[in-house]
Amino acid sequence: MSGLQLLWFILIAVLFIGFFFLEGFDFGVGMATRLLAKNEDERDQLIATIGPHWDGNEVWLVTAGGAMFASFPMWYASLFSGFYILFFLVLVGLILRGVSFEFAGHAETAWGRSVWRWTLFIGSLMAPFILGMIFTAIIQPLPIDKAGNVFATLGNQVNLLTIVGGVAVTLLMLIHGLNFIRLKTTGSVRTRARALNAKLIWVLYAGLVVFAGLLFISTDFFTARPLSTGLIVVLLVIFAVLTHYSIAKDNELLSLIGSGVDLALVVVLIFNGLFPRVMIATNAANSILIQNASSSPLTLTIMTIVTAILLPIALAYFIWSYTVFHKRVPSKEG
Amino acid sequence: MLMALDVLSLARFQFAMTTVFHFFFVPFSIGMALVTAIMETMYVVKKNEQYQKMAKFWGKIFLLSFAVGVVTGLIQEFQFGMNWSDYSRFMGDIFGAPLAIEALLAFFMESTFIGLWMFTWDRFKPALHAAMIWFVWLGTTLSAIWILSANAFMQHPTGFAINEVTGRVKLVDFGAVIMNPQLWVEFPHVIFGAFTTAGFAVAGMAAWRLLKKDNVEFYHKSVRIGLIVGLISVVAAMGMGDLQTQFIIKDQPMKFAATEGIYKDTEDPAPWALVELIDTKDHKVTGNIEIPYLLSLLSYHKLNGAVKGMDTANKELHAKYDKQFGKDMNYYVPVKTLFWSFRVMAGGGMFLALVAVLGLWFSRKKKDTLLKQRWLLYVMGVTTFLPFIINSAGWFVTELGRYPWTVYGLFTIADSISPTTTAGQLLFTNIVYFLLFSVLGGVMIYYVKRTLRHGPDADLDENYGTSTDPFSKEAFQA
Repeated sequence: MSGLQLLWFILIAVLFIGFFFLEGFDFGVGMATRLLAKNEDERDQLIATIGPHWDGNEVWLVTAGGAMFASFPMWYASLFSGFYILFFLVLVGLILRGVSFEFAGHAETAWGRSVWRWTLFIGSLMAPFILGMIFTAIIQPLPIDKAGNVFATLGNQVNLLTIVGGVAVTLLMLIHGLNFIRLKTTGSVRTRARALNAKLIWVLYAGLVVFAGLLFISTDFFTARPLSTGLIVVLLVIFAVLTHYSIAKDNELLSLIGSGVDLALVVVLIFNGLFPRVMIATNAANSILIQNASSSPLTLTIMTIVTAILLPIALAYFIWSYTVFHKRVPSKEG
Repeated sequence: MLMALDVLSLARFQFAMTTVFHFFFVPFSIGMALVTAIMETMYVVKKNEQYQKMAKFWGKIFLLSFAVGVVTGLIQEFQFGMNWSDYSRFMGDIFGAPLAIEALLAFFMESTFIGLWMFTWDRFKPALHAAMIWFVWLGTTLSAIWILSANAFMQHPTGFAINEVTGRVKLVDFGAVIMNPQLWVEFPHVIFGAFTTAGFAVAGMAAWRLLKKDNVEFYHKSVRIGLIVGLISVVAAMGMGDLQTQFIIKDQPMKFAATEGIYKDTEDPAPWALVELIDTKDHKVTGNIEIPYLLSLLSYHKLNGAVKGMDTANKELHAKYDKQFGKDMNYYVPVKTLFWSFRVMAGGGMFLALVAVLGLWFSRKKKDTLLKQRWLLYVMGVTTFLPFIINSAGWFVTELGRYPWTVYGLFTIADSISPTTTAGQLLFTNIVYFLLFSVLGGVMIYYVKRTLRHGPDADLDENYGTSTDPFSKEAFQA
């Protein structure tokens, strides 16, 4: 494995971390439109917190996918074709959600508006759940042939770990979204988001225990890399506790950081466990490795240069847009 | 009948359906960003509130198109991996970098600045606010360059070598990939096509409202701006199309011969067939209406020169590729589709130019009689849809003319498919996509129509914070 290959493996993880952190709270806010908001005004208030940002946040997923295609074409090809129906469902979720923002603004009847508010909720629930399933499906051994084709069975895609994984990611994003709402709103939703999170955090603790147990049973994470896996799991718990503590102390920024770091740690856990593979085969000889899944050194070099120039520029205006909309969205009741 | 539903056909159908649907919104959005940016800049320069109203109003329609364009674009990125995994493996070393650059450079820019543009009307000074929409436009345009550089490689591979171990393409010269001559005739053609689309769509939609004598000054100005953008763009698009033709005659003689419906090499000088009856089975043209000299003129810009027919092109392709791909390859492209698509595109383009010239003439400052020319307003209204058909027709020529390759001369469509994908999966996803697109397309058109009806003075609930009573009287007034 070359340094460049390692760098791009890490960069793909970084892009997914960006996506989990940023689109994580977007999804969470989408879920909160039904789980937290009590009426149309509150829903509008919640959606206004992500209105200017959700599209840019989603670009992190597009970039992660594009960068994966560019740096590890064999991984991209095997992953997306192998989990065909799951990726299709992610797309359906993202489509339903993506059009809802604009369409709801144009709807003229209460019914029409409610349709697009519902597609926002369903899409915001569907996308993280299925993505959680995919990410926990690829850390278990899969039937992969010599050419790298993944013939994933239903059991490979839907099993205890993938369902718990899907629930865990969805739950974590909901908590993250509620923390974002606490930071970005005023009034009743702000206090209720805190109260809801104070309850949900206990579900998260339970979820983490089950998740860690299933990791032990269904993956080789604890046997192949016991030290780092153990450390990341401990960190997951620590940052969950930090989130809990900051919810109790009503420190909103710290809560958001806590839940965000937990989401990032999920990605780190998966990439750490995969390393040096990108796809794990039941027949170990057919596992797809970083070493032979990547593009040529020339392509990786060009992409490194391009990223070094473009990413800081993109980050600069990306962050600027958050500073422009730093104010809280007030509640209708005043 | 069931035999026809094989994986390859279903996957090709899915690619055609998803890209054609996506490409209704891409050129429209790119062009609408430009038109909106021009309107807002006129507001900044002339300080006339009406131009701001225009930018806001047409911006609403732009945002609708952008939303559908974004979500259908996601499908494209996933689709290469999902349905065409062996293509992705083959092309990854070339395709990946432009796609990643497109995301980093273009997608971040358009998505961030569109958020800024939407929500800062009251907060930014007019010039700064106008800059936001220009960045959106820049992002959309840059995005076209990068995705087309991947497409150009598929049409005319440059800057690569074949990896001897894997048999896949390997990048050797990134400069050559970006400077691909195919790209620099294709990109301007596509981008001017995009500006054309928005120009005529704006003019056409505004013309409908003028027929109803609604907001006459506002829509009259909109018609003029739309037609000016449209006329400049359609002329440029045709010019660039001509350059592209010059390139294709040499590079892909089969595609060119098919667009002209020529089986046997032509005489010298070559006549141009306006219409043709084509017998694809016996490789014969059974009837046509010809214009002498014109094909020589179009092909070589002079009054002589024969053009190679498909039969000759076929022989040459067999001679060139039989060693690697075998004797059984069929190199004949879907000739009828190419022949008629080309005529729809070229004829449609000329028709658009004519409409623009007439519209601008009748609305000239000295003697403005546009409102009296109801026939012309009506024609313009119907013309709203034409650029969308032209865009699709153009892509039919380019992409179906690539048959039987995904990457010209290197990799076939049949080899590109995912070995794991089943017909059942494809049938299911095709049906769901079709239903989804029908709803999205229908809703989008409905909302555009409603927006037009409400007119420039209606304040839509764009900012989510100001929800209006859905049962109020105003909500039901058309």
